[in-house]
Amino acid sequence: MGAHHHGPARGITRWLFTTNHKDIGTMYLWFSFAMFILGGAFAMIIRAELFQPGMQLVEPGFFNQMTTLHGLVMVFGAIMPSFVGLANWLIPMMIGAPDMALPRMNNWSFWILPPGFLMLASTLFMEGGAPAFGWTFYAPLSTTYAAPSVTFFIFAIHVLGMSSIMGSINIIATVMNMRAPGMSYMKLPLFVWTWLITAFLLVAVMPVLAGAVTMMLMDIHFGTSFFSAAGGGDPVLFQHIFWFFGHPEVYIIILPAFGVVSQIIPAFSRKPLFGYASMVYATASIAFLSFIVWAHHMYTVGMPVAGELYFMYATMLIAVPTGVKVFNWISTMWRGALSFETPMLFSIGFLVLFTIGGFTGLMLSIAPADFQYHDTYFVVAHFHYVMVAGAVFSMTAAVYFWLPKWTGRMYNETMGKVHFWISFVGFNITFFPQHFVGLAGMPRRVPDYALQFADFNMMSSIGAFVYGASQILFLYNVIATIVAGEKVSDEKVWDGAEGLEWTVPTPAPYHTFEVPPKVGAAPAHG
Amino acid sequence: MLCKKIMVFAGILLSSLPWVAQAQNQVNMSPGVTEIGAEIYDLHMLIMIICVIIGLLVFGVMFYSIIYHRKSRGVVPSQFHESTKVEIAWTAVPFFILVAMAVPATSTLLEVYDNDEAELDILITGYQWKWRYEYLDAAGEPVAFFSNLATSQEEIYNTESKGENYLLEVDEPLVIPVDTKVRFLITANDVIHSWWVPEISVKRDAIPGFINEAWSKVTEEGIYRGQCTELCGAYHGFMPVVVHAVSREEFDGWMAAKRAEQASDLAAASVEMSLEALMSEGEAVYNGQCMACHGASGEGGVGKAIAGSSIALGDVNTHMDVSIRGVSGTAMQAFGTQLSDIEMAAVITYQRNAFGNNTGDIVQPADVASYKQG
Amino acid sequence: MAATEQAPPGYEKYHVPDSSSLAVRATAGLLLTVFGGGLVLNNMTFGETHEAGNAKWVLLIGLGFFIATLASWFRTTIRENMQGMNSAQLNHSYVLGMFWFIFSEVMFFAAFFGTLFYVRQLAGPWLAGEGEGGRMNDLLWPGFEFSWPPMITPQEAVGGTDIQPIANNGAFVTQERSMSFADAHHWYQWLPMWNTIILLSSSFTVHVAHTALLNDERAKFNRWLGITVALGIIFVFLQAAEYYEAYAHFGLTLNSGIYGSTFFMLTGFHGFHVAMGMTMLLIQLIRSVKGHHFTASDHFGFEASSWYWHFVDVVWVFLFLFVYIL
Ligand code: HEA
Ligand code: HEA
Ligand code: HEC
Ligand code: CUA
Ligand SMILES: [Cu+2]
Repeated sequence: MGAHHHGPARGITRWLFTTNHKDIGTMYLWFSFAMFILGGAFAMIIRAELFQPGMQLVEPGFFNQMTTLHGLVMVFGAIMPSFVGLANWLIPMMIGAPDMALPRMNNWSFWILPPGFLMLASTLFMEGGAPAFGWTFYAPLSTTYAAPSVTFFIFAIHVLGMSSIMGSINIIATVMNMRAPGMSYMKLPLFVWTWLITAFLLVAVMPVLAGAVTMMLMDIHFGTSFFSAAGGGDPVLFQHIFWFFGHPEVYIIILPAFGVVSQIIPAFSRKPLFGYASMVYATASIAFLSFIVWAHHMYTVGMPVAGELYFMYATMLIAVPTGVKVFNWISTMWRGALSFETPMLFSIGFLVLFTIGGFTGLMLSIAPADFQYHDTYFVVAHFHYVMVAGAVFSMTAAVYFWLPKWTGRMYNETMGKVHFWISFVGFNITFFPQHFVGLAGMPRRVPDYALQFADFNMMSSIGAFVYGASQILFLYNVIATIVAGEKVSDEKVWDGAEGLEWTVPTPAPYHTFEVPPKVGAAPAHG
Repeated sequence: MLCKKIMVFAGILLSSLPWVAQAQNQVNMSPGVTEIGAEIYDLHMLIMIICVIIGLLVFGVMFYSIIYHRKSRGVVPSQFHESTKVEIAWTAVPFFILVAMAVPATSTLLEVYDNDEAELDILITGYQWKWRYEYLDAAGEPVAFFSNLATSQEEIYNTESKGENYLLEVDEPLVIPVDTKVRFLITANDVIHSWWVPEISVKRDAIPGFINEAWSKVTEEGIYRGQCTELCGAYHGFMPVVVHAVSREEFDGWMAAKRAEQASDLAAASVEMSLEALMSEGEAVYNGQCMACHGASGEGGVGKAIAGSSIALGDVNTHMDVSIRGVSGTAMQAFGTQLSDIEMAAVITYQRNAFGNNTGDIVQPADVASYKQG
Repeated sequence: MAATEQAPPGYEKYHVPDSSSLAVRATAGLLLTVFGGGLVLNNMTFGETHEAGNAKWVLLIGLGFFIATLASWFRTTIRENMQGMNSAQLNHSYVLGMFWFIFSEVMFFAAFFGTLFYVRQLAGPWLAGEGEGGRMNDLLWPGFEFSWPPMITPQEAVGGTDIQPIANNGAFVTQERSMSFADAHHWYQWLPMWNTIILLSSSFTVHVAHTALLNDERAKFNRWLGITVALGIIFVFLQAAEYYEAYAHFGLTLNSGIYGSTFFMLTGFHGFHVAMGMTMLLIQLIRSVKGHHFTASDHFGFEASSWYWHFVDVVWVFLFLFVYIL
């Protein structure tokens, strides 16, 4: 093997056979955007049916399929792969590595995703319909009472889990083994740190999810009784296992997002990230706590009171490290020289709305109060604040921020700003009223509702269409940039940006850092 | 420019709050009609207000720097990036705020869990998609009945205008006495449901095979409405809970009447019934119990089609077997324990003679009883 | 970055493989496997036997293709290493990969152990009306007493599927005898005992083999590795005998309520992992005997397999403790 100075291969095999982290990152990003549109289309069906009371568009059973697939596709298809794509693109460039540690496996982690989702989506056309038991698939609704397509759902989860585990192992190996000389742990950009910790979480909890669906498979096809009281099992056992995975999962979604804004806010504040070390410790504490709080999703299942109290206290604690992060971001902005390009706008949007979502999370963590909130739209509002305004906003910010580096072309700033404002307003119109209907007593996962919830639901649906439509603008802007954006060639596209990825040429060449750079004694930055 | 937009938007949001509060749209949790409910409400408000205050402080600082520390004002960025003192402070202060929140939360939680010394026990069982109530320790014969959604399909499918309590009305509500500590023993027959009435502050999951406890002491007479809050299949959204809280006397009267009704039903079970009587009763039972799965005209859905079904046209014993004992491992439950012999006889007769299944067969309550006997 | 620049000391040139069709082929195999598996299971449980024929073939072809691809994948990796393309740094990536893969397997088993603890400590007693979580459950399951191993299911305790208070979702009939250690006099007839001895000694033999390899004693290495593989085969064989006994003489099946469920789930997945580990070791043995692969300093394939082997061994110790003894 001589020096790798060839460019990418041509044609479809470039993408099918690639071992290049940038190609793979690109595929992840496009795939996740496609899934975002698919999941968004399901959400639009949900919101259209909920536009008015009464059943108009779909049947109740189909509505449940939409809710289920929306949750699954968004979480496993849109958000997680999008951050893996970002990791692929950025981690090697940020730590000065020539590529990911295990490039062929990297390609495999990606390529099992699309057929996996194809299999999941194909359940829509099977007898009895797609899974209709919510993205949390509680037994026995998902076992004895599920349509035959549940078998394919189970295998799809296995396959997606394999993809995540391999992807995470790759990231861990890359960060632990491929850092350039001088790139000590405490100099890693925060995005790398958050992803390293996220990868640990993934390797730890995806197998548990695999265990849970395997037990479902056994209950359905082999007569075991894990989740059936008649045989000595317990349906609630399923929930414990699921949430042991599920709660860390929500931090898997948000930690890389934290990483992204920790890169962007300092860049546009023209000031180093405040409290780098405490950011790292806070991330690690959040990850640790996430393993021991799972039953806050299960306050109403009838746990003994001691368990209830323990899970309440542990959950509340998460507000402390998360608060540290929020305060650090704000202090980073404090007395900086702020400018408000689109990535910064989305980051500020993230900061405000995620914090609101965090506050409602804290409210939910108060067990006696959760007896009233649980399984209402208040919860739906909470998690869209943290996941859409949290994860999706930060992902959007990331795309605007690094797009010039990836493509060598600048996006249209005005269009970006318009995209932000429509998104911001649309998002709030969609999800703010859901707090109200939730508190007033509207359960989630219902295709129809009582008349007193009508006004806010209509508002919410309108907001959803606005927010959804604004994504067309985003797609357009990205494509326009790639084909005809204004060229940029500065290595440092943003004057305040710091980090190795801004030292390579723009657009980033196909192979970077074939020889590792030397990282000097400069202090850690964001 | 930018900050102005944000301020304007925030202003609109804030100023709209009181307006929304005044409109008839309920925007907040209801304190309900129990002491616990009021406590939970206070807790909810307390946490929310603390969060709002923290939020105002945090966002205040942020907007301050957004306005005054912008590059366009020509500021020079300072380069500080650490301060152990501040960092310790903002770790410790939130921690103590949380401790302060945990104190009232703990005491409320302990009260919620104080399930002892109830004066009345009611066993609540969730079914796809209805509730069954059984008064356990009332003196005399136990009283039990099912409570089904009463909203018509026409209202749901928008061919009739929707009534005031659309989706929140049932054929037979749960009746409880006020000022009495009522304990609810909550379980389920098939999948997990959750029994929730916001106003009386009870939400507890109904887990098949396990009994959960909850209690309530309602202080005001009235009708309180709620819904099933755990996804339980296709018609999860159509599984309301209605509770009538009445005075002690009214409750006793209702109980006596209910008991008399059950006794007369029992007596009727040994009498031969006419085809018409069975058919009209059967139609009612079918629409209440079977239609959700087998379709309004027996065309099937979650369940198999009844119209033209080989079982409904074939041997009566098989039909009774399926209806009474259910089909193992499917959504078709054992209805033998859910329906009285009369209802069972009626619905089987109905299925064998409706939807073009003109077998002319009549199944009498006594047949069902003897089938059940073995 | 000029190509002529030298890598700093300790940072060798990292081998980034050329583009390769391995991943896509493996994907095709994997997806056919699970899709075929889904079809087969659905035909089994939900009828439609007429489709069973093709479904089986989808599964088998997928599986065959998948295994073949993995084989060629490993062959490629081995060849690259033998051609000296792998730097120490790359080999360290493989080490990390294997380590975290094993960690993920640990978590997979953790789910099943968690299940076992939960049903034994919490759900079981609750069903029998004990503890705060089950104060009222006597109403549902009168007469059900819980003990471990449970010799009766709640369903049987109340008199069967017709009488149980929840919808009928299957019949669970407990076993006549459990696998727990009961008979101190005839301990030598107790298979798990022997299995434990076998597996523990195989961990030892694989270690001896490793030491031999480190000392460049090829024949000794082959011998001890051979013994390890043989022990693995015996273990799997005994496990199969135990299952036969369970089904044929103890009435212990997957349907035997939660005891059968946890028993077969834990021992079954463990047995499957032993079979995998054994195969891995066998391949290393063949490589060593036939291909004279491995040197005293470079034998990652063997090392990884032996870690895996130690891992299944440790899992067995826990199994032995919590499934059979306690
Ligand atoms: C990105 C995903 C994400 C994130 C980050 C979070 C963050 C949090 N979540 Fe959320 N949550 C979800 C995704 C997420 N959640 C999802 C998807 C569900 C529903 C699943 C389903 O049922 O389908 C859910 C549901 C959920 C529930 C269950 C509700 C129910 O079903 O009844 C609870 C209960 O405790 C909860 C709590 C919390 C808490 C305490 C946090 C904390 O991490 C928040 C911490 C942040 C802050 C508190 C704000 C910043 C802090 C400060 C400014 C410091 C000072 C503040 C104080 C001292 C108050 N969440
Ligand atoms: C990260 C995850 C994520 C994301 C991004 C979203 C995004 C959205 N979600 Fe999400 N949602 C979940 C995760 C997520 N959701 C989860 C886990 C659940 C719980 C599921 C369960 O109960 O099991 C849930 C449930 C859920 C519900 C409750 C359903 C119920 O309980 O019955 C609703 C209802 O409003 C809703 C709405 C929306 C909307 C309007 C968006 C919007 O943000 C989507 C916007 C995106 C698009 C619209 C696509 C892109 C745009 C185009 C392709 C342009 C074309 C569009 C138009 C012209 C309009 N979601
Ligand atoms: C929760 C859903 C549900 C409800 C409610 C329900 N059924 Fe069923 N029913 C089913 C399902 C599912 C099947 C198909 C079972 C199978 O796979 O054999 C079925 C099958 C049947 C059959 C056999 C039909 C055939 O041709 O195989 C009869 C008869 C029947 N049900 C009667 C009733 C009666 C009587 C009621 C009401 C008292 C009722 N069902 C209510 C789900 C339901
Ligand atoms: Cu019953 Cu939802
Ligand atoms: Cu959680």
